Amino acid sequence: MSDQSVTSGSIHVRPEFVNEIGTAGTGEVERRLSMFERISNIDPLRKFTILIIMVVAWEMYARIGEINELMFPTFSATGAALVDALVNDSLMVNVWNSLKLLVTGYAIGISIAAVLVVLAVGSRIGSDLLTTLTAMLNPLPAIALLPMAMLWFGLGPGAIIFTLLHSIVWPVALNTHSGFQGVSETLRMVGGNYGLKGLRYIFKILVPAAFPAILTGLRIGWAYAWRTLIAAELVFGGQVVDTSGQLGAEGSTSGGLGWIIFENQMENQTPYVFAGLFMVILVGITVENGFFRNIEERTVRKWGMQKS
Amino acid sequence: MNDAATGTAGHSPAAPSVEPILDVSGVTLQYKTKEHLITATYRVDFQVFESDRFVLLGPSGCGKSTLLKGVAGYMRPVEGTMKLKGRVITEPGPDRVMVFQEFDQLLPWKTVKQNITFALMNGGKCTSKQEANDVAMEYISKVKLERFEDTYPHMLSGGMKQRVAIARGMAMEPDILLMDEPFAALDALTRRQMQEELLQLWDDTKFTVLFVTHSIEEAVIIGSRILILSPHPGQVKAELNAHQMGHGDVGDKDFSQLQEKIHAMIFADRVLEDETLPNV
Repeated sequence: MSDQSVTSGSIHVRPEFVNEIGTAGTGEVERRLSMFERISNIDPLRKFTILIIMVVAWEMYARIGEINELMFPTFSATGAALVDALVNDSLMVNVWNSLKLLVTGYAIGISIAAVLVVLAVGSRIGSDLLTTLTAMLNPLPAIALLPMAMLWFGLGPGAIIFTLLHSIVWPVALNTHSGFQGVSETLRMVGGNYGLKGLRYIFKILVPAAFPAILTGLRIGWAYAWRTLIAAELVFGGQVVDTSGQLGAEGSTSGGLGWIIFENQMENQTPYVFAGLFMVILVGITVENGFFRNIEERTVRKWGMQKS
Repeated sequence: MNDAATGTAGHSPAAPSVEPILDVSGVTLQYKTKEHLITATYRVDFQVFESDRFVLLGPSGCGKSTLLKGVAGYMRPVEGTMKLKGRVITEPGPDRVMVFQEFDQLLPWKTVKQNITFALMNGGKCTSKQEANDVAMEYISKVKLERFEDTYPHMLSGGMKQRVAIARGMAMEPDILLMDEPFAALDALTRRQMQEELLQLWDDTKFTVLFVTHSIEEAVIIGSRILILSPHPGQVKAELNAHQMGHGDVGDKDFSQLQEKIHAMIFADRVLEDETLPNV
């Protein structure tokens, strides 16, 4: 301890000092991470590794366990079936058929949701209507409406699109509406300050400000719709076989992905059933990573509304 | 100021302007909570003239922010009138731009420059993108943010965000700039710097500003005229001049005297309030 320090009452007084801050001797300011750390920071690589491990486990389980191919085909058999279905069969056409229906339903569904939400923003009655409708209909599984839809719209795309609408409208409307309600008072006042009213106010202030919630709604809507579509096509598959000729007459190119799964299951082509399931997953991942992730990257992450 | 061209019709340019820009007379403002109807201000009168740095000062609960919201057009008075250049204020509009205390007043989906051009285009100030860009860049350089024109707000510090908000407000060249405790959420060092910059900007363009604060020191530094409000409900207690004082005078005798005078006025109310508290 320095001799200069003194004690004054209960305060221990120390001498003052001022340092010269130089550039020398600051130690390590920046260091490159080790090779392993950098590689393990690559997101796709880590996920890909997990995939590889799962595939290997699948192959080994099916081979070593000597499981009947009818029950659980190996990964290699599934892969071969997938390639065969893509190259020699019309699997891509079936996927395309499904996607066409889905996109149509998605577009109409979002439009309906948009109208509902605009009404809800505009008036208390509209808001009551939306919350009541969503509370009632959101828990209702869309596929449960398919039997009625088939009565109303016949065996065809109409019935499927109607069912899809049900699985899209409610999550999109619900998330958008609650997103709008979460927009801060300050941003609302800013919008008003620059003379924005009505639809211009909704689309220039509320929509971008609530975009994280809207994006979540769109994602959930898409996932529900995709599941519902496959399920509906499976049911349709049953109908087609029962009433043989109505749709089946056009051959397997007229059906969707769900129908292909159904058809192959009927014919005990289990590797092809798996290939169909694989395709369902693949489309799901592609849309999620190729479409939604991209939008997210260009919007809410860029704007700092969501952590990356 | 180039406001003369856009000023009221029939206003003779030769005569010195003595008409107030903002005329608030007998304004009572009330708002409802779930259970109560609260009177925020009671029959408040004041007039703001061109190039005033008019400060509304008072303790919390004196309705100064509510008053500013009234002037901005977000609230209608239950009694009295508020006129901007002779027109009664009925709704929010780009002729009175508000700068808020909250940092989230910038649109997070727009860059610094886009935030300003957004205001200019939607507020009807500019019709072409090019014109809006030029005006935006002019004001961005006024607040010294040239390097950040293409940055999104979430990358900026609190002080920088407020500077953008001020630039956005000033770029609109409103009849009156409304500032609701714009520096209250900043740290003390940044706040001081921002006060200085605001005064420099005022020296530059002599804009009219209505400034709300609860800091006596800030009121004396920023304000050319200070309106003191008493709380519950807000009523005009006094209007004082402070145009001769700025940052350089902090700690001076006159500065401290004015500060103490204001302090005494506000403090007197506090004591009264405390004494009546048990009866409430």
